[in-house]
Amino acid sequence: MSNHINLERRRQAIYGWLMLSPAALMLSIFAFYPSGATFFSSLFSKHTRRRPSEFIGIENYNDLFADPTFWLVVKNNLFYAAITIPVSIVIALSMALWANSKIPARGFVRTAYFTPTVLPMIAAANLWLFFYTPGLGVLDQIGSLFGLQSVNWLGQPETALWAIIFVTIWKEAGFFMIFYLAALQTIPEDYKEAADIEGTSRWTYTRRIVLPLLMPTTLFILVNAMINSVKLIDHLFILTKGGPSDASKLILYYIWEMAFAFFDAPHAAAMTILILLVLCIVAAIQFIYLDRRTHYQ
Amino acid sequence: MSTKPFVVLKDVAKRWNGQLGVENISLEIEEGSFVALLGPSGCGKSTSLRLLAGLEIPDEGKVFIDGADVTTSAASDRNLSMVFQSYALFPHLSVAENVIFGLKVRRVPKVERNEKMQRALKITGLEGLEGRKPGELSGGQRQRVALARAIVAGQRLCLMDEPLSNLDAKLRSSVRKDIKKLQRDLGITVVYVTHDQTEAMSMADKVVLMKDGRIQQIGSPNELYSNPENTFVAEFIGAPAMALMDSYLIDGIKNGNKIGIRAENITIVPEGKGRLSCSVTEAEFLGSETLIGLEHEGTTGLNVLQPGLSIVPSGQRIDITFDDQDLHIFNSAGDRINGQ
Repeated sequence: MSNHINLERRRQAIYGWLMLSPAALMLSIFAFYPSGATFFSSLFSKHTRRRPSEFIGIENYNDLFADPTFWLVVKNNLFYAAITIPVSIVIALSMALWANSKIPARGFVRTAYFTPTVLPMIAAANLWLFFYTPGLGVLDQIGSLFGLQSVNWLGQPETALWAIIFVTIWKEAGFFMIFYLAALQTIPEDYKEAADIEGTSRWTYTRRIVLPLLMPTTLFILVNAMINSVKLIDHLFILTKGGPSDASKLILYYIWEMAFAFFDAPHAAAMTILILLVLCIVAAIQFIYLDRRTHYQ
Repeated sequence: MSTKPFVVLKDVAKRWNGQLGVENISLEIEEGSFVALLGPSGCGKSTSLRLLAGLEIPDEGKVFIDGADVTTSAASDRNLSMVFQSYALFPHLSVAENVIFGLKVRRVPKVERNEKMQRALKITGLEGLEGRKPGELSGGQRQRVALARAIVAGQRLCLMDEPLSNLDAKLRSSVRKDIKKLQRDLGITVVYVTHDQTEAMSMADKVVLMKDGRIQQIGSPNELYSNPENTFVAEFIGAPAMALMDSYLIDGIKNGNKIGIRAENITIVPEGKGRLSCSVTEAEFLGSETLIGLEHEGTTGLNVLQPGLSIVPSGQRIDITFDDQDLHIFNSAGDRINGQ
């Protein structure tokens, strides 16, 4: 009898592994192996014609920590994340709540909010380049109507990063709104009516019922927004190229520069490993901490 | 029980895009009574309840609760509680939090809140389940949480929208008794929507039978059963429902009228001595009696009850008779014309 159970259990195990193997294989080839290889190459010196590459341990990491540009880029990226993540989530949520209520032209509003997401980032960046251009740009044109002076949004260190941040939020909020809209539609109308009968204000209903029920979505969006704050750099290529004087440079852009403009692959690899490490830690914290406080239906 | 009506609906109508919702709803409900809105699906019973709750605003007519005109008042200003068909329990809140949600919103002090909650949980038999989430409860327990949430507020009027439709048959009959007892013990007024006539007939002091957005008849369960005002009521109430016959089958009935007769008023007689000679279509054994379905030209739903097991093969001819005093007579429009 126990033999049969063992056989069955083994059959289930083999079945499980077979189901897992395609994904495991793909992930190994395209994610796990490259990560390992990157880590490996970050421990070697740069290969030049005069000096061949040799093992130098954590030397590349030490170089980075001593590099003021690296720290500036880290600071830029933290600031970028600290603004884009909460602001785009709050805007997405407000837009979703609004687009989900009974308003005229609801379909139009939803489509309009979603449009930025459909545009490729490069196209959107070109669009915004036109908005930001001093003198000719839409922003300056509007400003001049009110007698404001022309501002070179992308050209000065004080505003360049803000300009980048603005485009990111504009792009992301509509995307996140779709997730919130989908989640809002799973909340039955009954809850609102039950709350209405108790005399619950709209704000209390949103805070005590809607937001908690949206928590799984918020967690998902939070992780996505965090990853995007590291990986979404397409518009930098069009708008500022990280300038002026590195004021709008983000880490991934710096890695790209290091690897393909300065041809310093080991340092780029070291930086990549650092990012991976930080992202893993943050994602783990988010899932472990917030999961406990999240109600899944 | 005071005689002054507690809840009044006066000529209320609600239409959606010109389509009929409910029309001409007039209803008076005494305080402390149990009123069932009964009817087939789509008859407007839920709409009527929602109009009463303030979840919909009527296009025409007036709604009074406890003497005050609440026609356009918000639901929260009407001092009522409601049990939803889906229960509408908040899935992320525990049983205790669900029950006191409304009290919290109304800023009832914590001590009083807990007292009321404990009382409501005790009445509904939910003690010990305070910390559970609705997802961890059985259907019957969830239903009781919904009840607890409705009674904790201490409102005098409680609306229930098909609260038993998600329960299995056995549980339904026990919860039915619980609800009725609860209503009597607390002395509250209950307006109860259902499509199940057994629920309506067994619980209600007053049944409001609706069809196509209009009230067909208002009365006690007995009045609806023994004095149906029209053929719809006759054919809806009772199991089996009233049988209808064309006028030509019986002498002395005006042409075009319909005659109604209940199964228990029909008796089987030896062949040749009956008023109608029918053929048997089916025999259904119900335990204490057997329901025999009969067929005759010009009749619908003709049945006769026989005590005990009495299976008659289908196709067999049976003669039946009945007393004239048991006949219900309806005119060609379907309205009752005798014995009113």
